[in-house]
Parts: sequence; structure tokens; C-alpha cells
Amino acid sequence: MTKITVKVNGKEYTSEVEGRTLLVHFLRDQLGLTGTHIGCDTSQCGACVVVMNGDSVKSCTVLAVQANGAEIKTVEGLAEDGKLHPLQEGFWERHGLQCGFCTPGMLMSAYDLLQKNPNPSEEEIRHGLEGNLCRCTGYENIVRAVQYAAAKMRNEEPAPIGAKEQVVESVGS
Amino acid sequence: MIPSAFEYYAANSVDEALKLLAEHGDEAKILAGGHSLLPAMKLRLAAPTVLIDINPIAELRSINVGDKVTIGAMTTYASLLNSAELKAALPVIAEAVDQIGDPQVRNRGTIGGALAHADPAADLPAVILALGGTLTAQGPEGTREISIDDFFVDMLTTSLEPNELLTTITLPKMGAGEGASYVKMVQPASGYAIVGAAAWVKLNADGTVAAARVAITGAGPKPTRLEEVENALVGGASSEEAVTAASEAVSDELELLGDIHASEDYRRAMVKVYTRRAILKAIKAAS
Repeated sequence: MTKITVKVNGKEYTSEVEGRTLLVHFLRDQLGLTGTHIGCDTSQCGACVVVMNGDSVKSCTVLAVQANGAEIKTVEGLAEDGKLHPLQEGFWERHGLQCGFCTPGMLMSAYDLLQKNPNPSEEEIRHGLEGNLCRCTGYENIVRAVQYAAAKMRNEEPAPIGAKEQVVESVGS
Repeated sequence: MIPSAFEYYAANSVDEALKLLAEHGDEAKILAGGHSLLPAMKLRLAAPTVLIDINPIAELRSINVGDKVTIGAMTTYASLLNSAELKAALPVIAEAVDQIGDPQVRNRGTIGGALAHADPAADLPAVILALGGTLTAQGPEGTREISIDDFFVDMLTTSLEPNELLTTITLPKMGAGEGASYVKMVQPASGYAIVGAAAWVKLNADGTVAAARVAITGAGPKPTRLEEVENALVGGASSEEAVTAASEAVSDELELLGDIHASEDYRRAMVKVYTRRAILKAIKAAS
């Protein structure tokens, strides 16, 4: 067993872990932060994405011991003072989820993307979410949710619902 | 899925890692980015009893652009992608790295890990082969240089000794009249290369090919240079017709893999197609 100290969502935790304990199990089972999901368990689906020292990682493919001394942000750390983060608001307003299983990972990957690129193109959003699989939405509304959040975080008005479809229609007519 | 139990050691310097390697010998595995090793351990395809984590070794994370480009083995894909200096000196690195995995894989995965692990479908091995890189390994007896041409031995096997650590990758800068490219046919679920082709060309002033290095990955048991194609290119024109003809020179003896995703025959056909595309793109970058 190894003693590790990790700062998660601003709060410091010290705990004993086995070498083989995965970060995702440490977060869920030892800290009770079950917002981070386990999907494929093979670093493909992205349900377990958290932000570690400013970079998004798949927490099923990082050992808990490797997070010793790290700062971690999970989906539980997005909302502040009871107010939804613009990304969470975007997923609500633009219907960016159906079953919601992939959502915590989507949010954290999108969070990392917007930290590094506050004004991404649609293509950059899709490339940025390549490590996250959603089996419900077909991704369209997820992209719009991220566009909504990006605008909000830049203090701009998000494009109205259906704006994209109108453009497509006018091209077709 | 949880790996079987192992002892974990974090190495803070190359010397410390080498000492741990010497101590634990064949039982030990080096943990770099971990995005090949940890999934293999979770599936119990690998079960080392000792892991030596070299992530804390800051000296192995560096990109230096001088007369040559030197890259520390623990430099992540994301760092390679975001280095403006590297992009100017060797744009093919960013071109290839952007096609690897996804943002989370690129945040953890490293250039040294990709080479030392020698996964037959990894992308960078083909690029480093095409660029003619030199690897530096450190062992108990000191450092030695290994030409990339002598590095890949077989599937998941390199010429690194069990007590050696890959520390640095040295690459020539792109000179005048030179260009390089990497293209791949992606396995859509895994993102791995069914066929990946990397090409480096040097053109003469009259547009003929002065020198070329072409390498493939994904298609066979190890990343491999296509010397027949290189020989067919050199001295010839850099036209589409000449490149297409040269790409057909892929040897029938070349050992390729067949699996559920692509048969051996299909891979052989695609090797020619992607080799042609990579060479044409490299020629475009050179002119």
C-alpha cells in the first residue's frame, strides 16, 4: 500500500492505495465521487475522463499512485456555488444528452477543450471530443451544447436553437 | 478490470530508473504514458510484478531544435503537437501525432513509449523510420546510439536491452527541397492504423527525386522500410505517374498480417495505395 495525497475539486484527500488501484476506482470507491463513470474500461469510451493537472485524462488508464500530489477536477467540481457551469447549462439547453451515461466524460473533455481553445470551430469541437463515445445523441446536440457553453464563457449570446438548420435549409432552397 | 498485483516504484531520475531495472530485472516493466501497457495489464495480457514509473523524470521531457531536433523520450504527444518550434522544423511530426488516438491519449502517451513498446500498429515508428532517426539508450555501462533502422526487431520487440532505458530521439531537420508526410487508414473503433505510410523525399532542382525513405506501420508484424519503393523512386521524376509506378514495387515477399479487420491481400493492396499517397504528399511538401 502506498500513501497518496490528491487534491480533488479543491479538497485535499490522503489515502492508502494499492499500486494497481486505478484512478477511477479511487475516485468512485474511496472518495465516493461516483459522477465519474466506468464505461468500456479499455480507454476507448471516455466516460471516465477527469482533468488532472490541467489536462483531460482517462482515469481508467491512470494509476491512483500516479495522481499523488496532483490536482484533479471531476464533474462534481464543475458547478460552483449551486450554479451550473456554462457547459452543464449548455447540455441542458441544447439537449446534449439522453441517457446521460457519457455526459460526465463529455463535460470534462469539453471543459479541457474550452480551457485551451475558447473559440473552437465545429470541426475542432468534434476532434476534441473524439475520445468520448455517446450511443444516444448522434453527437449533434453535444456539439451545439459545447458551442453554447463556448459562447457563454466568452460572454457572448449563444446561437439560437435551430440556427444551424436554417443555414442548411437556405443552402438547399 | 483491474491489473494483477505489482510493486510500484516512481523513478525521479534516469539513474534511479536504471538502478531499479538492474535490481528487478525481467520482472520489471517501465511505465511511460501507460496507454498501451495499462490496458494490456487490465486485460491480463501482461502481468509484470514490478512497475517502474518514469513519469516523474523531468529531464526526459524536452524538445530542442538546433542543427538537429532532439526529443526527450517522455515528451507527450500533446507537447509534440503544441510545439510551434517543432512544427516549423519538422511539420510531419504534428501531422502524424494529430492522427494518434484522441486528446486524452495524446495527453498521456509519449514518443519514447510508442517506440519502445513497438506496437505493430503504432503511428510514430513509421515516421521516425522515414525520417532516419537516431535513438539514445542509457544502460548500466553508459549510453549508446541506435539507428532507427536497427531498432525494431519483431512484434513488440526492439533491440533495447532489458536493462536499458530509451532516453532521447534525435531527428534531422527538414532541409531545402525536402518534404515528409504520414497518412493512415484508420481502424474506426480503435483508431489504430490498418495501414500507415510515412514518406520523406529530397528533390533535385529539376524536380527529380534525389533521395527517399518510405516506411509502413500497421500492416505487418513491425514497422518496416520499403526499400524497393525507395529504389524505384530515386533518380526518377516526382510526377504522379512515376510515384504510382514506384509504389507498385512493394515486394511480394513483404511479411504482412491478416486479421478480422483486413486480410493480408487487402493490406498488401492498401500498402501500395497509402504509400503512393504519402509519397505524393511528401513531394508536395518538398516543392
